[in-house]
Amino acid sequence: MKRSMKLAPVAMLGAVALVLTACSSSTTGGTATGPAASGLAGRGPITYVQGKDNSNVVKPLVATWNAAHPKEQVTFKEQTDSADQQHDDLVQNFQAKNPNYDVMSVDVIWTAEFAAKGWLQPLKGKQALDTSAMLPSTVKTATYNKVMYAAPVTTDGGILYYRKDLVPTPPKTWDEMMGMCTIAKAKKIGCYAGQFFKYEGLTVNSAEAVNSAGGTILGTDGKATVTSADAKKGLQNLATAYANGNIPKEAITFKEEEGRLAFENGKLMFLRNWPYVYNLAKTDGSSKVKETFAMAPLPGVTGPGASSLGGHNAAISVYSKNKATAADFLKFLTSTAQQKAFVSQGSLAPILTALYDDPALAAKSPYLPVLKTSLENAVPRPVTPFYPAVSKAVQDNAYGAIKGEVPVDKAMANMQKAIQAAGAQ
Amino acid sequence: MSTEPQSGTDLESGQAGSPPNPDKGDMVRKEATQGRAASMLIAPSIVVLTIVILYPVVSAVFQSFQKDAGLDSATGLFVAGGFAGIANYTHWILQQCTAGGVSVPCPPGTLGAQFWSSISTTFFFTVVTVILETAIGFGMAVIMARTFRGRGLLRASVLVPWAIPTAVTAKLWFFIFAFEGIANKMFGTSILWTGSENPARAGIIIADVWKTTPFMALLILAGLQIIPADVYEAAKVDGVTAWQRFRHITLPLVKPALLVAVLFRTLDALRMYDLPQIMTGGANNTTTLSILVVQEIRSGNFNSASALSTITFILIFLVALIFVKALGVNAVETTTVSGRGKAK
Repeated sequence: MKRSMKLAPVAMLGAVALVLTACSSSTTGGTATGPAASGLAGRGPITYVQGKDNSNVVKPLVATWNAAHPKEQVTFKEQTDSADQQHDDLVQNFQAKNPNYDVMSVDVIWTAEFAAKGWLQPLKGKQALDTSAMLPSTVKTATYNKVMYAAPVTTDGGILYYRKDLVPTPPKTWDEMMGMCTIAKAKKIGCYAGQFFKYEGLTVNSAEAVNSAGGTILGTDGKATVTSADAKKGLQNLATAYANGNIPKEAITFKEEEGRLAFENGKLMFLRNWPYVYNLAKTDGSSKVKETFAMAPLPGVTGPGASSLGGHNAAISVYSKNKATAADFLKFLTSTAQQKAFVSQGSLAPILTALYDDPALAAKSPYLPVLKTSLENAVPRPVTPFYPAVSKAVQDNAYGAIKGEVPVDKAMANMQKAIQAAGAQ
Repeated sequence: MSTEPQSGTDLESGQAGSPPNPDKGDMVRKEATQGRAASMLIAPSIVVLTIVILYPVVSAVFQSFQKDAGLDSATGLFVAGGFAGIANYTHWILQQCTAGGVSVPCPPGTLGAQFWSSISTTFFFTVVTVILETAIGFGMAVIMARTFRGRGLLRASVLVPWAIPTAVTAKLWFFIFAFEGIANKMFGTSILWTGSENPARAGIIIADVWKTTPFMALLILAGLQIIPADVYEAAKVDGVTAWQRFRHITLPLVKPALLVAVLFRTLDALRMYDLPQIMTGGANNTTTLSILVVQEIRSGNFNSASALSTITFILIFLVALIFVKALGVNAVETTTVSGRGKAK
């Protein structure tokens, strides 16, 4: 009896732990017909989940919707500022099959992953969206396996910022730009920089280099294609420029902000960055280039280069009970009026082609016409459910190649193998 | 204490009135009821500990033997993986990846390829930072133990780096070590601190030493203060030099506290995450085991991340065991000895 008394707590510990483990081991799986088939006609209150509303766009938008739909109120659930935390929060709520996460804002690079997990409602039948007015490249970011899983809401593309006092006409091609670097060298400033530190930004920049040279990261069948001659030429462009000093040495530590500060301090002639730089470089007290910079599309082989795409899509959870309301809300988010609010209120680039030619908007956001060219030639980052691993394969190997530690040929061969090992075949 | 002088349900005799050994029977019963009461009293904390400590550990070990969800190429949807055996462990330890259904050595640019390098990085950071922090912390503790004007102020100010959250420290040093940052401006250098291996590692070590030395200093200071002053006085009377006093009095007497401090610090350093994550993002061979675990989780491979956590757990456990066995650290001994004494 004494022995059993002593063992009782131990046994209890074990039992509780086993029960808890068993409870949690419900696995994620293909939910082709289950939750995706229910709640399609449901109407009622829904929740919209998005990261921190820094520029106060979502709250007025939700208020407008709620005034018009008293029986289908939208509650805005605000997540944190950090993309990683937003991703983790969404994953946890999907795993818990939370029916209260009806519509959520999904980063373009997460869309395929969530779709493959069976968490996103395919936008078919009654949920279908008219995409004819949208930029085609943004629709691609929301499409996985030929099925549309989300509505593009905001987008983002790369722009070439240049010093118009040093270079009156911007370069149209990469070779032309490299030729202009003698001007920068004479002025003892850096010539070109993007985001070359080893993080997501390097994936964006490497993908742009590869796509602009005519290569691809993944083929249409989802298989790795980085050992093609064009793909190698793209990365070689960056490696050569770094080796001969056209890309300054310190650019290997640049993320968006470091590059912006260097450009604003007049230490760079060309900078590849996102549209947000425009307002800051124009208005920052410390900016030395307020009047002397301009914008152009990224340079390519013969014409504009292929920008990578940023931005967010909005998707409906398969666990939502009010999918009819949710589908209406997606249409509302992509309507002209709301898209205008995104750009004028939050400087978030719209996904409707027509808005880029709107003179009133262009007057307020002069980067729009340039961004339009950039987005028309844009290529989405690889749409794959293994995006984090594919991105790591690209950035790790590109980093070594740009720094000159690994020859481009070898780096690309390794990148190919690493993407295959990532599960993308 | 017991209110019944003689037990009616004596286990030994079974008879009321004529107990051959009333004391013993009473004790057995008392121990039984006390044991039951004790179980009841500790039950809530056991349940809480089970939920917050044992369950995650058991769950992680359980998960580490499951396959991660794989993609069904026909539907494009993920399907549950099933039982994996030790595949998740061999994936890390032998650095084997699967590409197109075949097992291949993990190519550069995969997390699997970084396993051994991240182990050596983790141990490198641990050894270097713990040695530096112990040495500098000892010096600080010796100074803080003296009596002088402004001692309170010194002790408080030394603690400032420790009081700042690590994430904030990391961001501060990230800016200091930026190309246009203070470090390069001050020394007139143009080092790419986060751009190659040695400067990146040096930067992380400097930041870690800056942050954690006060913690070591404080633990050692606590050890120094229990050394009675009269030992030193006696030594002084005997004409012992300062170095001999340090070597033969301070060191042996502070050793138990010092070893505990080193043990704690080592275990802490082995799971270093925030500093390298924020300062370099793991680039240039600064990926520690913890960073690797988080990256694997972010890739959606929870089961193989569980295997990696389990490996990390075993490694840290082994290090702690070596400390306790080989160096005789008694971080827990006093409590277990008295506990065992009571039980028997």
